[in-house]
Amino acid sequence: MKRILAVDDSASMRQMVVFTLKKAGYEVVDAKDGIEALEIAKSQSFDAVISDVNMPNMDGITLIKHLRTLPSYKFTPLLMLTTESGTDKKHEGRAAGATGWIVKPFNPDQLLAVIQKVIR
Amino acid sequence: MSIDLSQFYEVFFEESFEGLDIMESELLALTPGDVDSETLNTIFRAAHSIKGGSGTFGFSVIADFTHELETLLDQIREGQRTLETYHVDLFLRSIDCLRDMLNALKDEEEPDTSQSSEITKKFLAILSGENPEANQDDNSATVVESLNEPSSESSLEPSDESSTDDNIAQDDGAKRWNIFFKPESHLFKTGNEPLFMFQELADLGELSVEAFTDNIPLFHDLVADDSYLFWQISLNSDCNKEKIEEIFEWVLDDAELVISCEEDSCEEGNSAAPDTGIEGIDFGFFEPIDTPVEAEPEILATLPTAAATTPAPAQTSVTTSPITSEDTNNTTTTITKEPKKSAEAASIRVSIEKVDTLINMVGELVITQAMLSQYGEGEFTENRRMLMQEGLAQLAHHTRELQESVMQIRMLPISFVFSRFPRLVRDISQKLGKLVELKLLGEGTELDKTVMEKISDPMVHLIRNSLDHGLETPDKRVAMGKPESGTVTLNAFHQGGNIVIEIIDDGSGIDHNVIRQKALEKGLIDVNNDLTEQEIIDLIFLPGFSTKAEVSDLSGRGVGMDVVRRNIQELNGSVEVNSVINQGSTFSIRLPLTLAILDGQLVTVGGNTYIIPLVNIIESIQMTPKQLNNVGGDLELFRQREEYIPIIRLHQVFNHDGAIENLTEGILIIVESDNGHVGLYVDDLLAQQQVVIKSLEANYQRVEGISGATILGDGTISLIIDITGIISLAGLRKQKNRINHNNHNNQQQMMA
Repeated sequence: MKRILAVDDSASMRQMVVFTLKKAGYEVVDAKDGIEALEIAKSQSFDAVISDVNMPNMDGITLIKHLRTLPSYKFTPLLMLTTESGTDKKHEGRAAGATGWIVKPFNPDQLLAVIQKVIR
Repeated sequence: MSIDLSQFYEVFFEESFEGLDIMESELLALTPGDVDSETLNTIFRAAHSIKGGSGTFGFSVIADFTHELETLLDQIREGQRTLETYHVDLFLRSIDCLRDMLNALKDEEEPDTSQSSEITKKFLAILSGENPEANQDDNSATVVESLNEPSSESSLEPSDESSTDDNIAQDDGAKRWNIFFKPESHLFKTGNEPLFMFQELADLGELSVEAFTDNIPLFHDLVADDSYLFWQISLNSDCNKEKIEEIFEWVLDDAELVISCEEDSCEEGNSAAPDTGIEGIDFGFFEPIDTPVEAEPEILATLPTAAATTPAPAQTSVTTSPITSEDTNNTTTTITKEPKKSAEAASIRVSIEKVDTLINMVGELVITQAMLSQYGEGEFTENRRMLMQEGLAQLAHHTRELQESVMQIRMLPISFVFSRFPRLVRDISQKLGKLVELKLLGEGTELDKTVMEKISDPMVHLIRNSLDHGLETPDKRVAMGKPESGTVTLNAFHQGGNIVIEIIDDGSGIDHNVIRQKALEKGLIDVNNDLTEQEIIDLIFLPGFSTKAEVSDLSGRGVGMDVVRRNIQELNGSVEVNSVINQGSTFSIRLPLTLAILDGQLVTVGGNTYIIPLVNIIESIQMTPKQLNNVGGDLELFRQREEYIPIIRLHQVFNHDGAIENLTEGILIIVESDNGHVGLYVDDLLAQQQVVIKSLEANYQRVEGISGATILGDGTISLIIDITGIISLAGLRKQKNRINHNNHNNQQQMMA
């Protein structure tokens, strides 16, 4: 089973993402900020990581930067959740090593479509 | 896949309200001109989460509204704009507006957008007025850029004609798309995978891919992680260009990408096999790639899968066979929709620690119970009796602890109430043109949730009062040698079984001469009254008392201090005021920590047991005939230290026969009431104990003079006396004030 790490500080978004992905047959672990996610990512392996950008303690961009330096996440798809206003964020994310982005708001179907872009 | 999003609504509302609270308190902490970036980030994050969530869960009114707010916040955060006071005002108004709209949505009602659209206009005015470039639209990074600068290294120059055709080729029907894709070498390091993109393209129609291996360096120069291939793709599909661009969306800036359309090939493309490909090895992208390759097969193993798209000798291209578009993951799970009505049951958040303590306690109880039932079995001996007693003592101990732990659950820090006051003070002080600093002390002091909910309104009133009547205007303060800005301090602390909340201002204080004058005008006292200053100040708690010449918008809403006092008394609490002229006033609210349990004095009246709240009792006295006075027939008075205390015979109030009628034989319990002391005459005192209050209203009906009932150890029911109610029941209400204000006068004057 493909494993996905979902990171978001908003409980409702996190629940929605986790629920949707689990329903689609993925194994999902969630984290509420970058620090927690990095901790989890170091001890487990994932086929993809989806992370919100704006989070307390450690934001999504920093998380992606850190993840990319880890050997086991060198080629792992790292997706960020961003809003349409975040063009700069997209560039920043790409520079940090993000694979792609999902524009908020999105519905469960859109989320799955994007996941299928990176996990086949 | 269909997923019922409404299951996440409750969490969304909860966290949005929390987010708004955070925004509000952080905004109030901001000083324009000296902006802390972490504070701004926190505010921004909260707004951002609300926007993201509301958009996702379909509350577009909220999302649209929050968008403008967020844009402005972002500009301030990024330093493109400095924070102004009117920005803060607008943000605060937006928070109120969002709260209203969220509440409406929570109740499944249509939110009122009149306010939000007005605020939105203001945001737009700010955004456009000062910085027209601020609203730049994104998505500027598109294919057009890469079209304008085709790489010179590319062996396949895209033709100019085809690129200009792009916009014309938007009609439906199958078209032949030519896609040139040349990613930069770091493609894999972003986790992107060309193979997946091609598979996605294959989902759109008939696909053939030609890989170019020109750029693969010699073995010793080869970096295993890098991408060296580029591709010419041909796709027969009725999709539009956007659809194709979408697939390459994430790599647009890191690749050379040209998408063009051959319009006339539409018919052909559908019927005939793609002819672009030179004869080569056929393979499907879905198969694991293990095609034998002539050169350097060991490198392939280290390359990420997609790079292994057959690095054949240069200029050899490979053609894919048409790939059938098959949806691999077709899990269509439908969830049965259960219309879930958002349960409006009030809830509290309890820390895990408290719950664990509870579970621990229950565990102890179970053990004690097991022990007791073991001792209870078999023959009963003296030895067993001892053990049994021991067990019962343990049971009592554990029950008590359990009771305390359960009470702890209802206890919340008073910061829940305090947190709304910074905003209140800000708004009021702005309206009044006064400078106010609000200090909060003892925010961690815990208080029962029910008490907390009920204390909020009286506190709002008292704070308004302090700001409106207490604090002076800045120039007046300066003239008096005080600091320009006034201070209001909220202080909470525990004292005995009570919580004390103080509202302290350093304003003008209460002028007893003004109060006295006013009371005379209103006929609340008469000229002959000789009251102490404190007694005069206490007059502000009388019904219908207001000192301000004009009824102000803030304090004078017809709700006077009498209502404040009554509300507090309903919570078994009291309020008092201390004031020093020109130095300020202190209002102290004293409340029991919980409404569920009370320390009571058990008394007997004609063979019935009643409970008097211990908090009200000042002393209990056996009277001598010398101390008794009879006034005007019915009214009996007890004289104590120059004070005349009216006596209420409880057996008369409750019509009990067989009670002790002779006043010198029973006991007089002197209690604190609204404005003074009253004596309750009872037969005898029994024990003092904690009693659990059971509501009479819930089980029977409201009874005047009785605040509740409890069940005693022997199973009998005992009524808890409500002092204020008893006084009015005994018909003492009218005399009460006069009696109290005449304590220093003689009886005759009182009669008049």
